[in-house]
Amino acid sequence: MYRIVRKKVLNPTVIQLEIHAPLVARKALAGQFIILRPDADGERIPLTVAGTDPEEGTVKIIFQVVGTTTEKLKHLEEGDSVADFVGPLGRPTETEGIKKVCIVGGGVGCAISMPLAQAFHKLGANVTSIIGFRNKDLVILEKEFTEASDRLIMMSDDGSYGRKGVVTEPLKEILEAGEKFDTIIAIGPVIMMKFVVETARPFGVPVVVSMNPIMIDGTGMCGGCRLTLNQDGKRVTKFACVDGPDFNGYEVDFDEAMARGAMYRPFERASHEETCNLFKAAEAAASANGGKEVK
Amino acid sequence: MALEPKKNAMPTQDPALRAHNFNEVALGYTEEIALSEAKRCLNCKNRPCVKGCPVNIDIPSFIMQVKNKDYEGAYQTITKSSSLPAVCGRVCPQENQCEGVCTMGIKFESVGIGRLERFVADWHNSHSTAAAVPPASNGHRVAVVGAGPSGLTCAGDLAKKGYKVTIYEALHTAGGVLVYGIPEFRLPKAIVAKEVGTLKELGVDIETNVVIGKTLTIDELFEMGYEAVFVGSGAGLPMFMGIPGEALNGVYSANEFLTRSNLMKAYRDKNDTPIMKGGRVAVVGGGNVAMDAARTALRLGAEKVYIVYRRSMAELPARREEVEHAEEEGIDFRILCNPVEILGYNNPDDKRDPKNGFVRAIRCIKMELGEPDERGRRRPIPVPGSEFELDVDTVVMSLGTSPNPLIKNTTPGLEVNKHGGIIVNEDGLSSRSAVYAGGDAVTGAATVISAMGAGKVAAASIDEYLMKK
Repeated sequence: MYRIVRKKVLNPTVIQLEIHAPLVARKALAGQFIILRPDADGERIPLTVAGTDPEEGTVKIIFQVVGTTTEKLKHLEEGDSVADFVGPLGRPTETEGIKKVCIVGGGVGCAISMPLAQAFHKLGANVTSIIGFRNKDLVILEKEFTEASDRLIMMSDDGSYGRKGVVTEPLKEILEAGEKFDTIIAIGPVIMMKFVVETARPFGVPVVVSMNPIMIDGTGMCGGCRLTLNQDGKRVTKFACVDGPDFNGYEVDFDEAMARGAMYRPFERASHEETCNLFKAAEAAASANGGKEVK
Repeated sequence: MALEPKKNAMPTQDPALRAHNFNEVALGYTEEIALSEAKRCLNCKNRPCVKGCPVNIDIPSFIMQVKNKDYEGAYQTITKSSSLPAVCGRVCPQENQCEGVCTMGIKFESVGIGRLERFVADWHNSHSTAAAVPPASNGHRVAVVGAGPSGLTCAGDLAKKGYKVTIYEALHTAGGVLVYGIPEFRLPKAIVAKEVGTLKELGVDIETNVVIGKTLTIDELFEMGYEAVFVGSGAGLPMFMGIPGEALNGVYSANEFLTRSNLMKAYRDKNDTPIMKGGRVAVVGGGNVAMDAARTALRLGAEKVYIVYRRSMAELPARREEVEHAEEEGIDFRILCNPVEILGYNNPDDKRDPKNGFVRAIRCIKMELGEPDERGRRRPIPVPGSEFELDVDTVVMSLGTSPNPLIKNTTPGLEVNKHGGIIVNEDGLSSRSAVYAGGDAVTGAATVISAMGAGKVAAASIDEYLMKK
């Protein structure tokens, strides 16, 4: 069992947990992920490491409540535990030789790109961060990005915070103005990463994307996380868990990745609804019972 | 007394019934049947069965003990050589091993050694309450990577000799392929848990959720004070055919399909892990894993399940018994067929059609057998113009695996062959001092018992090495 040491609600649907897992905390680097399973009936889900405290032995993860597993996690409090927590998995993000980087994050993807901004900042690289959210209420990690970035551009879809528009707009302006980056790192919804690649293509800037496909074991056994790269005119199958999660954005077949990501959507929706109802029923029973918790 | 020429049949669940449940198919011999079968053993002088067993169980002795109704004695005889008797009695390909060389088998049917082994192990598990007693410690520590058949065997043998063994397991449950791969209806998970429990009683520690090569490296294990390491990290990434459509939704590797159903318990309604249930399913391949996937699909509610295999029934590598069970349950064998493309739905009028991107059919080509290849198996050759389609919703690719790269990539000086398998000598020793390996991590996909044999060889070598040190 792995104990939740701290819990912080970042916005109405995004939660940060610090979990006691000393072996993982000692090893994890920016760009790597962990797999956790909340309980014995639960699903294994991959989550990117958002920071570590090796001395305390804790690993920070940030997740958005989108389905059954994240709904279950949301209801866990400090002192509670998750059944399983394994990592660090995947390859760390390549940081060597990068002096100037542009980090593009969308929504909860900012939780994954924030530790990268911090890592590059610590290594002395010049960091531009462009991060976007649907609206003001969903903004997360602004303080962390401000501290880790030489330049921070905040975007919102509705203009309620920062500039109105999508992240590719300022990226395009900066590139058109002739600014050069050693690499762009894009992390967020697959569609956003696809458009960052298209925006950067005319300028010939390398783009690294972090893929987050459906996964089970995460150790190179099941093959569920496979994606297709277009390399030298050939279609090559790669596995995000051992070959990734970072890939050359110009090679990734994003349309295929989007379709694969939707495979269980109807199942997930029904299962999430059922889980929510169970939690609601438990809460109702608890309040009917004079506030005493019913398990 | 005349010898009974035929082996006592294994009682099984009715095919019509079992095709819809996950309970064990083979029910096991009763005491009466076991006694009758034990009588068939000639207790012959040259004992070919012992040599035929990869872990050299003293088979004639345990069968004689069964004959004398000394079932616990028989169990003790088996466990001298095997750490997982209830597992082996169920999943070993005995027909190619002990039973394949049985003297009775020359004229008649061989003795049902596997069935007797299972009877003895099950008898022990339901009658014996005594916990296994750990031997006095010899003060040496050994780390084992992977709690699958080879690792459990290696750990068990070393623990019995007084070593302090820790097994590091990447998944959340010990058992390896016994829990993620082989389905409940062939090997109930309670039996695996029981065998793992026996090892714990012997003093073996099992640390789950530790990926060697990631969480800890082999070199760190030595720094932590382990004097030898056995690597039994098992099968790796699944192979695909490289045909169009393999990325469509509804295409699984057998590893993923079985892991979802077995390890993650997707076959139970209350578990959170999704799996495609029902519809029409094609499983590509002819090994035991393909049979497991096909029969799992059936039990998950499929209306039709095909096995698509490019050679003929004679070349099918799965155990005969599994093939027969699959046929009885109604699996449709499309032999001499090879997939050339998986076709998906694509509704041009409605981009939001939920079926878009999912499998709708598999296109195959008929094959005929040509000259034997270098391994002596007749090479399948496509028949031009013979393509046809099978309408299916799910395709499971069961084509084997390549060894896991995580340990190779993080262990300097560990040599692997061109397939990625760890290179070992006849003692199970790798190119690194005090690092031993066995099972699928060395050989690529093979059987549970051959992995156990490798774990046993390595345990003996580790013992010899540390005792000399």
